[in-house]
Amino acid sequence: MRFLFKTDYEDDIRLFPHSGYFVSYGVLLALLVIAPFVLSSYIVSQLVFVCIYATVGVGLMILTGFTGQASLGHAAFLAIGAYTAAYLQQFDVPFPVYFLAAGLLTGLVGALVGFPALRLQGIYLVIATISFAFIVEEVLARWESVTHGNEGMRVKTMSLFGTMVPRDGPVFYFLCLSVLILTIVGTLNLLRSPTGRAFVAIRDSETAARSMGINVSLYKVKSFAISAGITGLAGVLFAHKLSFISPEMFTLQLSIEFIIVILIGGTFSLHGAVLGAIFLVMIDPFLTYLKDDMPGVIAGLAATFGAGKATADGIQSSVAAFASANGLKGAIYGVIIVLFVLFEPLGLYGRWLKIKLFFQLFPLYKRATFKRQKIYVKSERNR
Amino acid sequence: MSYFRAENLSLHFGGLKAVDSVSFAVEKGEILSIIGPNGAGKSSIFNLISRIYPPTSGKIYFEDQDITGQPSYEIAGLGIARTFQNIELFENATMLSNLLVGRHRHSTTQLWQELLFLPSVRANEKAHRRRVEQVIEFLDLEVYRDKLISGLPYGVRKVIELARALCSEPKLILLDEPSSGLNVEETDDMSFWIRDMKTELGITVLMVEHDMTLVNRVSDRVIALNYGRVLAMGSPAEVQRHPDVIAAYLGA
Repeated sequence: MRFLFKTDYEDDIRLFPHSGYFVSYGVLLALLVIAPFVLSSYIVSQLVFVCIYATVGVGLMILTGFTGQASLGHAAFLAIGAYTAAYLQQFDVPFPVYFLAAGLLTGLVGALVGFPALRLQGIYLVIATISFAFIVEEVLARWESVTHGNEGMRVKTMSLFGTMVPRDGPVFYFLCLSVLILTIVGTLNLLRSPTGRAFVAIRDSETAARSMGINVSLYKVKSFAISAGITGLAGVLFAHKLSFISPEMFTLQLSIEFIIVILIGGTFSLHGAVLGAIFLVMIDPFLTYLKDDMPGVIAGLAATFGAGKATADGIQSSVAAFASANGLKGAIYGVIIVLFVLFEPLGLYGRWLKIKLFFQLFPLYKRATFKRQKIYVKSERNR
Repeated sequence: MSYFRAENLSLHFGGLKAVDSVSFAVEKGEILSIIGPNGAGKSSIFNLISRIYPPTSGKIYFEDQDITGQPSYEIAGLGIARTFQNIELFENATMLSNLLVGRHRHSTTQLWQELLFLPSVRANEKAHRRRVEQVIEFLDLEVYRDKLISGLPYGVRKVIELARALCSEPKLILLDEPSSGLNVEETDDMSFWIRDMKTELGITVLMVEHDMTLVNRVSDRVIALNYGRVLAMGSPAEVQRHPDVIAAYLGA
């Protein structure tokens, strides 16, 4: 086990508390840099989606994980970012300009959503954000002069400083990766300064935050704006990656996917956003596997254990029917959320911390270390 | 003109008069205790001052400024800090970050500066940390610096809440039952700290307290309340001899 001897206040401020972090994050960065040159283009493309989802995850984490305001409307913010990019692109606006414009516009919309949300808490806030998402979806479908309605919009190949950046090339991957890294660093900076502490204070006790001089309304709006802005930036990358956007891509299911990202990852740390994004992006290949290979494998197994040809074929077709059933994805999301909330509320990152602690304390680890305790002294909540 | 003044302060919940036209003044640098039986309206007065409830009627003045209409976060910005009867700490954070939140009213950096963590932000953070460390030293909290609040015992949390209030460098501090839930030694420590806050830090203290030993030891003046009304005001000994106060407590 490592003991840190702090000799300066700087030791509590810096992002990497000790040299071990440089080694592990350095190795990770090196692996990510060589990834597009050694991995297949399919996996690199999945990595791009991980970056985009993780960026949204970080944005949502600021709002939900750190400020304690739930949102099921982040697909709408993503849509606003994506459509801003697609719209501005028609007028030959350069990428950096419409990238930032999309972030700013989405941030502004986020702030506007934040205002009515000030009076809402918990489930009511969730309902309000869902309604907002539906409004945006409907506007995108009806405002045909700008969004081309349900026909959708084509997004041209990105051109960055005069060179074309194809959506499946390594440059686009590096762009998404750097956006993710910059977002994470910015968020970490925010969290170690007064604004971030105010966010966490609001999450833990609004009354106490107020009595410490924190303008709760202002900071909630700020949190909404920052969260939406980051999501808008991710939206631009999302639009470029898909090269075509239409209103039915930004549905409630997408918002739920973002919730899964932070819930599965662990809502108390930015690591969670990245882990959750990896997990979510892996669901799709898993479903494809389920559809393509599982029926054959199971039928093969059945045949090995003595089932006749007819039975095996029957099994194969029924498994195939199950695997390609409509709404299976949604059902799987539901099961995943329920299982995580029940058995691992701290998410994948929480599990990782437990494993780490187990080896650090071996053989003294106690199972009760992470047991949640409830304390009932909050009578003065004034809510 | 007094330093802090409440004039005809009332708080009615429907027909219930929790606070019924209470007037009192706090002089700069004194320790004023509010005592009274349960439900006398002591904590309600605190909640009126820190604007958790808006008063039904009445005015509050601080440093000759009418602060009745100010939103609650402004009250803290003026230099009025408070603690809560049932501890309102940020449970999932370390003691250090709790205390740093106390520094919030002194933070001057802008959002974009914080996103980039410019040298000015870093310098500010260190300055905040230095002030926080002074408070930690003042209240002997060194061992708990990196501990999560959720794992700390009640008595320690009580002191940490006091520390968080002190971190905001208040001019006036409102202590809501500082000794509730503390054992005898902890109450002793608390009484020394309250004295030190007055003499060393020059903070004016307004506190609600049930423990008469603590009240007698630290208070310059005492106000006794019952049913939202002021029964008596004066030195601790005077108030305790007052027939109305004895009647309120003993029901005689």
